[in-house]
Amino acid sequence: MTTNTAETKQEHGMSDAGYIRIAIILAAITGLEVSTYYVDFGVLFLPALLIMMVIKFVMVVSYFMHLKFDNKIFSFLFYAGLVLAVGVYAAFLATFKFFIQ
Amino acid sequence: MTDVAHDHASSTGISNVKLGMWAFLGSECLLFGGLISTYMLYRGRVSGGPRPSQIFDIPFTSVSSFVLLMSSLTMVLAVSAAHKEDDRKTNLWLTVTALLGATFVGGQVYEFTAFYKEGLGFSTSLFGSSFYTLTGFHGVHVTVGIIMLMSLVGILKRSSVPGKKAEVVEMIGLYWHFVDIVWIIIFTLVYLIPV
Repeated sequence: MTTNTAETKQEHGMSDAGYIRIAIILAAITGLEVSTYYVDFGVLFLPALLIMMVIKFVMVVSYFMHLKFDNKIFSFLFYAGLVLAVGVYAAFLATFKFFIQ
Repeated sequence: MTDVAHDHASSTGISNVKLGMWAFLGSECLLFGGLISTYMLYRGRVSGGPRPSQIFDIPFTSVSSFVLLMSSLTMVLAVSAAHKEDDRKTNLWLTVTALLGATFVGGQVYEFTAFYKEGLGFSTSLFGSSFYTLTGFHGVHVTVGIIMLMSLVGILKRSSVPGKKAEVVEMIGLYWHFVDIVWIIIFTLVYLIPV
């Protein structure tokens, strides 16, 4: 029932080596993000930066915070707060014509 | 009585403590959402003071961001060690996480001091007020996280953790990772996207 690999895994998580792999990917994405400050990405600059930000966010929440492996009610609680925040403050910014400058 | 006090599982089988922590983190999204939105709205209102591009030190902040990101790795390794009931490694990784967090906060104090010397005070402009409020709130969250981590290390050494030890480490881990994901957003929206 128990192999070495199985023993190193948490009940609902990943192995330590898996966490280190995730951290390396996050560090690489951070490096790419910082490179946008020095290299001209043209029209891709803003979308690329926002996409990388979202990827890093989702990776930390899914793997380091175990949301991918945990009960879905936790995902609901967290993403409900997040979606509510994004919706409310997007509407707030829209009233100040933030998106049409 | 003690058993009842330590029993955090609800009738659904879901830990009440964990449920409460995720609800708290969901509500924290609203707090930081408000602070980030306010900064985005006012970041161009410099009122004769320094502009973001004039004072931000991107290489320095990039290193700080990297340090905080790596503290998430050490935190998850602490949680992993706690699940394996390896107290020595749990304490080690919790201490390393606190040290990385302290390095980040030290960097933020240095950054604030440098900005102040360059003419950006809290009331210099709307940009200054919203910037210090946003990053200051985040810094306070990191500091609270460090205090919780060091308290946990002390409590674990006395082996007097109420309830399941691994769950307590995991809850503080969730808070720590949240502080990290907030910085992921702040680093991109505040520092990397020019006004």
